[in-house]
Amino acid sequence: MITLQITWLLLIGILIIGYAILDGFDLGVGIWHLFAKKGAERGAFIRAIEPFWDGNEVWLLTAGGALFAAFPAVYATVFSGFYLALILVLVGLIFRAVAIEYRNKVADHRWVAVWDVIFAVGSILPSLLYAVAIGNLLRGLPLSAAGDYLGGFFDLLNPYALTVGLVGLAMFAVHGALYLAIKTGGETQCKARAWAARAWWAYAACFLIAAGWTSHVYVHGSAALAQAFGAAAALAIGLIRTFNRQGRDTAAFLASCVGIALVMLGVVAVLFPNLVIASNDPARSLTVFNASSSERTLGVMLVIALIGMPVVIGYTAVIHRIFKGKV
Amino acid sequence: MDAVELARLQFGLTAGFHYLFPPLSIGLGWMLFAYQTCFLKTGNAVYQQLARFWTRLFALTFAAGVATGIVMEFQFGTNWAAYSRFVGDIFGAPLAAEGVFAFFLESSFLGVLLYGESRVSRKVYWLSSLLVALGATLSAFWIVVANSWQQTPVGYHLMNGRAELTSFWTAVFNPSTLPRYFHVITGALVVGSAFVVGVSALMLLRKQHAAFAERSLKSALIPFFVSVILVMGAGHGHAVQVARTQPAKLAAFEGLWETQTGAPLLLFGWPNAATEKTDWAVGLPDGLSLLVGLSKETRVQGLKDFPAADRPPLVPSFLSFHLMVALGGWFALLAAAGLVLWWRGAVARNRLFLTAAALSLPLPIVANELGWMAAEIGRQPWVVYNLMRTRDAVSAAVPAGQILASILLFTLVYALLFGVWLYLLDRQIKRGPQPLAEEIRS
Repeated sequence: MITLQITWLLLIGILIIGYAILDGFDLGVGIWHLFAKKGAERGAFIRAIEPFWDGNEVWLLTAGGALFAAFPAVYATVFSGFYLALILVLVGLIFRAVAIEYRNKVADHRWVAVWDVIFAVGSILPSLLYAVAIGNLLRGLPLSAAGDYLGGFFDLLNPYALTVGLVGLAMFAVHGALYLAIKTGGETQCKARAWAARAWWAYAACFLIAAGWTSHVYVHGSAALAQAFGAAAALAIGLIRTFNRQGRDTAAFLASCVGIALVMLGVVAVLFPNLVIASNDPARSLTVFNASSSERTLGVMLVIALIGMPVVIGYTAVIHRIFKGKV
Repeated sequence: MDAVELARLQFGLTAGFHYLFPPLSIGLGWMLFAYQTCFLKTGNAVYQQLARFWTRLFALTFAAGVATGIVMEFQFGTNWAAYSRFVGDIFGAPLAAEGVFAFFLESSFLGVLLYGESRVSRKVYWLSSLLVALGATLSAFWIVVANSWQQTPVGYHLMNGRAELTSFWTAVFNPSTLPRYFHVITGALVVGSAFVVGVSALMLLRKQHAAFAERSLKSALIPFFVSVILVMGAGHGHAVQVARTQPAKLAAFEGLWETQTGAPLLLFGWPNAATEKTDWAVGLPDGLSLLVGLSKETRVQGLKDFPAADRPPLVPSFLSFHLMVALGGWFALLAAAGLVLWWRGAVARNRLFLTAAALSLPLPIVANELGWMAAEIGRQPWVVYNLMRTRDAVSAAVPAGQILASILLFTLVYALLFGVWLYLLDRQIKRGPQPLAEEIRS
């Protein structure tokens, strides 16, 4: 049973990391969208993500479904607790999905301009709020005996969680700019590299502040492991800068992918074995061991994952092969 | 309204709005696959023109379906936390399976279908259209599994204060999964084919793109007729299963109060909870007993067998069910008329038929919505039939004010989205298909 519970923690971790790496680049493109020149440059931005964004978002849906199936108590507590914040994320995602698909359907500059703004806002808002949510999970939430969140919406917007939120925003901004550097050429590529370099400072600074703050106040799991992941993440973030300066776009993007994965693993290390920390009473915390589904369900789900995930990774590889190259 | 009513309203609004799109995506997806298959086999550019035009309308719909579908994956946690804790051991698995087995398939190959025609071979492109349609159809399967388990829960036991899985396959193939799935999929095929018929009729009435519209219309008439026949057969099978597994629901659908043999099939009526009678009832004697058990001696349970607290809301259940059935009859008539006119060589010129078909354009989607309402309202007051009441399922952490705020926000967003969707559909319809090479020459 414990093996299954840990396995599912890791599988959901993989789904969320996969989502952050994949949708992270198209959210990141959205963060920069309004900084691009109207017309051809913005068109190129959309073309760079158009075939991929939908598949990328499926990682989120699957992570949501898997969390529901494997840790239903966490699914229930987190999404009801972050109610309004989640609704805002969802509205953002709805708008950006529609914006990507509809902006080119009418050849009118005002039509395009409106959807461009919607696309950017719909990308920035989720990027920020995802990480604010993670910040609140790291910090802990007041929970009732039944596991229901006892605080209000504005309690979620505390300085610590907002700092973590900025890490997320900067992380995706860097990630998206690095992706654009790969997918575009000429002037736009130079611009994207410069954006990545600039946003990198914000990413590095916010990450160091948040990591320091976390290690001082909020480490519940293994401090040694958290520090190891944190140091490795810092190294990966440093490498982004090096590769970016050398103009090695693919290497910089891969470093950013690794950095995202290590930051997320650091979050797990800080929390483990907790998934939702009850700040008012540790006995109410939801852990990998007390919040999971039954052994049978975890086993069935593992079979589904073992059959399904290799196929999914296959599709993703095929699609990126078909649409490889600059736009 | 209390938090439970608001949570139901919010869920009904978001699920109902979402459900406008997936049946159309599934039905139209198979139409696209049919066009691609004909094109691959014959190389005739006419099929490519059909495929390309309808793919443009498909793209608009698919985007709206994806955008509104994201919400659904999280709604159980946001609005129904108590429900999620109670059934997560069973209910989460089909949602995750939908992601792994269906969403990745359809979303990955949708990219190829919409943006990759020039990048892949004709065969791979054809394959993509198949995989998108298949993905959407599989996706519906897992959602139907999850919903059916709420209606007819099996394969679980109560343990640790929640429903825990005892047999995955029993839960997946619970008594209502397959009857519901056939009904949902055939309903989606009606929506897809009727959409092609209706839009083509609209083009012919507007005298725009007439040659193309006539080909489109004819391409969809047989699928429309066949799928209407299938949806009625599947609907019948589903109703027989409801009579067996959820008798209170069937009694509410039919406005039947007394348990009896020779139960009538009502064509009209208005169930009255105060008098425990159905007013203005006009029905076929013995009809319901004959439909349920092929014999007028079949006993059908009436509403009085159930305590008032366990009865679904009567008027909405009765009306949504009856309107859906009536619409099914109308589609059969419309499709049959279309085939007869086609056989006489007049289908593209008969203004009466074209007007009826164009006006009927939204009706298959309406019928799908009514069917969904009948299924969900008919299940009340239970969120899991005979196991958990809807009022016990709600999130304790969410204040009513926040739910109200989200209802207002979603209403605004969805009204905008709906308007934009209609506007873009209309633009694409007016713009019409890319001309064929020979049309350009002449």
